[in-house]
Amino acid sequence: MGKTIAEKIFDAHRVDHPEKDIHVIRLDAVFCHEITTPIAVNDLVSRGKDRVFDSDKIKVVIDHVSPAKDSKTAMQGKILREWAKRHKIRDFFDIGRNGVCHALFPEKGFVRPGYTVIMGDSHTCTHGAFGAFAAGVGTTDLEVGILKGVCAFRSPSTIKIDIIGRLPDGVFSKDVILFIIHRLGVNGATNKILEFTGPVVDAMSMESRMTLCNMAVEAGATSGICNPDMTTVEYLWEFIQNDHADKESALATFKSFHSDSDAQYDQVIEHDVSRREPMVTFGYKPDQVKPVKEMASTKVDQVYIGSCTNGRIEDLRVAAQVLKGKKISDSVRGIVSPATPKAFRQAMEEGILKTFMDSGFCVTNPTCGACLGMSNGVLAEGEVCASTTNRNFNGRMGRGGMVHLVSPATAAATAIAGFISNSGLYKGSP
Amino acid sequence: MKNFSGNVLFLDRSDINTDEIIPAKYLTEISKQALKPYLLEDIKLEGFNSQLDVKGKHVIITRVNFGCGSSREHAPWALEANNIHLVIAENFARIFRQNMFNCGMMAVELPDQTIDGIFKEFAGKETHLETDFENNAFIITADGHQQEISFSISDFDRALVMTGGWVDYADEKY
Ligand code: SF4
Repeated sequence: MGKTIAEKIFDAHRVDHPEKDIHVIRLDAVFCHEITTPIAVNDLVSRGKDRVFDSDKIKVVIDHVSPAKDSKTAMQGKILREWAKRHKIRDFFDIGRNGVCHALFPEKGFVRPGYTVIMGDSHTCTHGAFGAFAAGVGTTDLEVGILKGVCAFRSPSTIKIDIIGRLPDGVFSKDVILFIIHRLGVNGATNKILEFTGPVVDAMSMESRMTLCNMAVEAGATSGICNPDMTTVEYLWEFIQNDHADKESALATFKSFHSDSDAQYDQVIEHDVSRREPMVTFGYKPDQVKPVKEMASTKVDQVYIGSCTNGRIEDLRVAAQVLKGKKISDSVRGIVSPATPKAFRQAMEEGILKTFMDSGFCVTNPTCGACLGMSNGVLAEGEVCASTTNRNFNGRMGRGGMVHLVSPATAAATAIAGFISNSGLYKGSP
Repeated sequence: MKNFSGNVLFLDRSDINTDEIIPAKYLTEISKQALKPYLLEDIKLEGFNSQLDVKGKHVIITRVNFGCGSSREHAPWALEANNIHLVIAENFARIFRQNMFNCGMMAVELPDQTIDGIFKEFAGKETHLETDFENNAFIITADGHQQEISFSISDFDRALVMTGGWVDYADEKY
């Protein structure tokens, strides 16, 4: 019987099998940020276990609230900084070099096909785009990851989402994943892995695949995953070129992880995107999703473009294309936060930041900030925000605020209109 | 081993997420006890007052997909700070469930008819739940009425509860 990519990765990393459904696996990387790691560090210290399993495999960033907004967030940064120094963790990214973890670490080449990765952050599933098994965990799992380089998981049962057809102009991976979450429900994939396959995924950039995998957790999934291909190799080439004779041989190596054609899936869902249109969420759950045109009169107070879902250069380019030569509505506060310094710099060099500023947007430094309602754009009671982030939970961007999740194109068009609106890039019925 | 018995807090809703259990703005706290007053502060539940209703309760019984959303272990910690070490539901979000056992606490799943039956019989009444860990049973009591319900947890989860959590377990074993 064949195996899925996730099963093959588990097989290559298993160190213990304490019972039928539990696998303890060896980790290739443990990622850390300043919200969930300081508490883990403090706990390890208080247990007399202030050790790390391998300082080269631990990657650390201060990203959620950067620069620090008050004494408490400053203290979180301080604990992390001192810990990284104490354990000689070289890959530590502080302000000026920092960016949103799930955008920054792939850019640095820290995720490779076949890797196992954990982080104390639910959107760690993003890294599955590279053909890795990457999962968000709680602080205790993170502690054990830091201490021992292992983590326990249930058997990786997989739902295959086969994405077929042709993506219409103006419809993006964000719209596709919103629709898939709508179809699965917020716990439709609990304890499962979502494997995204099919010609539409094959044609997607790494950035778009990251957007798909990023939101897998919103359907309850442990992780999203894509089979690595030449697009993956091209993205990673600068980091892996010394390990492989050429791109073809790198691809051949990575292909050994591919799901077998006779692999067993929990479910196979075929999803034709040819008639898909831009989507938007309407409630407090990410599976409450409608076509944009059905929400078209909803007024917004703020538009936010950024985050680990849609703050990458590709996203900024699309938004700028919509904004070019236009002004955003007087009644809208537009905020854009490029997710990494690299995306920021590229956006600057390509004139994208100028386009944003000319249209009336505020450009902030790379940080999570408004996405989790901690800084840089928190909503007031009763305010509405169209956002390219991944969570519309009650209070997520500020107590009493309403969040509508959209693609960068829809966000930009909404900023111009002042109410939820389809972009001109979408040629279907407006 | 922690205490798994006490008065019951009924939360009659599905999909209660971690932002409702402990809002993100308290994630800047670096001690578990500091979370105590904020448990369930933002929950969307008719007639529920987190200031009044949490007090004196040590067990939560709820519906489907409890603890969905962010991976924050602050959610079980906010429970722990209030001496709530046991949550019973139809099912849980994966990370939340794992976090509970990793901290040496319990997240126990019961079939939907059983949960439904418990809500019908006990919700709204002053209810006490006694956990018999050895024999895998809950004894629920209210108004002189008593019901025994058996549960199952895996051997691995049981070992975590008995060692006090995953850190000590793993450090010893791997
Ligand atoms: S951008 Fe938002 S969702 Fe992504 S890691 Fe930061 S807080 Fe989490």
